[in-house]
Amino acid sequence: MIHPIPPGTRDILPEEMGELRRLHRALIEVFEGHGYGEVATPAIEYDEVLARGDGRTANSAYRFFDERGDLLALRSDMTVPIARLVASRFGGAEPPLRFSYLANAFRAVRPQRGQMREFTQAGVELIGAPAPAGTVEVVEVLEATLDAAGLDRAVIGLGDADLFRQLLTELGVEGESRNAILGRLAMHDLVGLEVELSRAGIAAEQVDTCVALSQLRGGREVLDQARAIGGAAVERATARIGETVAALEQRGVAGRVQVDLGLLRDLGYYSGAILEVYDPAIGHVLGGGGRYDELLRRFGVDLPAAGFALYLERVHVAQMEESRRGGGS
Amino acid sequence: MSVEVAGTAGAKPDGPLKLAVPRGSLLDGTLDVLDAVGVDTAAARSESRALIFPGEQITLVTMRPSDVPTYVEAGAADVGITGKDVLLEQSDRMVYELLDLGYGRCRMVLAGRVGDESLGESQRRLGMMRIATKYPRIAERHFESTGRQVETIEVKGSIELAPLIGLADGIVDLVATGRTLKENDLEVREEIVECTARFVANRVAHKLRAAEIDGLTAKLREATGG
Repeated sequence: MIHPIPPGTRDILPEEMGELRRLHRALIEVFEGHGYGEVATPAIEYDEVLARGDGRTANSAYRFFDERGDLLALRSDMTVPIARLVASRFGGAEPPLRFSYLANAFRAVRPQRGQMREFTQAGVELIGAPAPAGTVEVVEVLEATLDAAGLDRAVIGLGDADLFRQLLTELGVEGESRNAILGRLAMHDLVGLEVELSRAGIAAEQVDTCVALSQLRGGREVLDQARAIGGAAVERATARIGETVAALEQRGVAGRVQVDLGLLRDLGYYSGAILEVYDPAIGHVLGGGGRYDELLRRFGVDLPAAGFALYLERVHVAQMEESRRGGGS
Repeated sequence: MSVEVAGTAGAKPDGPLKLAVPRGSLLDGTLDVLDAVGVDTAAARSESRALIFPGEQITLVTMRPSDVPTYVEAGAADVGITGKDVLLEQSDRMVYELLDLGYGRCRMVLAGRVGDESLGESQRRLGMMRIATKYPRIAERHFESTGRQVETIEVKGSIELAPLIGLADGIVDLVATGRTLKENDLEVREEIVECTARFVANRVAHKLRAAEIDGLTAKLREATGG
């Protein structure tokens, strides 16, 4: 008899589980080697606690009442639960704090190749280390993680979450049109972006500037190209990114890093540096992260923080595709 | 020890860029634009039944327009061309929309039978209109944003049939010249959105094959005067 399971979930059988376990062990070894002790938190939390971290848990598909009538939700990532854990369990501890995790999270995505509703994330959180040193440490761990997974061709995109927010403030764009513009940017709908920018009353040449800015990605030289475009917001963002890149180069871990001014993460809590991870063998993003210097304050602890998370199943798919492509080389 | 500088290692992507080309009404316009930017389309223009036409820098992959977002989102094609109607209908597909190519211009409209009041009457007396369409999500979004309730009926074939024999009060469909509507005694009641061909890219390819995609985008922009 066939008994169904909910869409976007799946069983894992021994052969796959064996490969996943090897990957788990390799990643945890990297995390612990860098001083990031593994933690676990409950899969279910109070909805209001998760909402404190990311006001958009409304899109969490899995919310329900317990026997007392309290509203619970399945976590959609580990960053918010760890912020909660830090505030409740490490309130007086001497920063920086380093945690890693390998845990399942739940999102209401449309199930498809490489994207499930229940998925595993592997990542680290570095609490209490400001930019740029904290960011550099996180990128360094991420590089080591990708090396351990054998993804030699993987690339890390490095952008700045505040660039367009500050640029729009500089241009005097507020309220609804601001959200519409950021929405188009996050989706990378350049045609719609141009329409929204014009609708917000921005002069034609500045519209072109914004669109051009969102397309700048590559090596260090894009920072100079961005500076040529000018403006205080661009100056500040390129200075922040430049500082991080210089520190990464100094530590010899900049090789995988691609500067990307068009990067925008769709989670609400990011500020400053943001990261995304790609591998040419698969069309989906492998993971991401960045700084969330304001998040801990929402839980009553005023500490800067940064981290990353990789989608473990996608890393596994990438490993298989890469070995197929290289014939195992 | 060699010093690692940002962006130098980079990914070395495999082979030529794969471009998803829409068959059907957008095909001729697409091949013309590709000719204009120096892509060899001779093989794709032949009577060949092949689906894939390899090239040195760009490989053309032909498919139904509505499949283009699927292939591009998954990264099976790096870039693609399809209609805005397809992108709007599949707005949950994560593809980067890079350029309005300007051709293939048509309108998404609400149409009803000439002189027939059943749209208004159903709305008044039943509180909702019955709308046949191949674009249920575009239709639902349009009526929701204008504060009206509808029952959308998804059909696959000749949509004009639905109001003629009483399946629906009206249709939401794509209209180029309006001839099909006229021949079936239908008329445009509301214009929903204007649609043209769009150039789209896979999210990862856009990052990892930036130079190739930017180069192609620039040439396409020039060729279409966008």
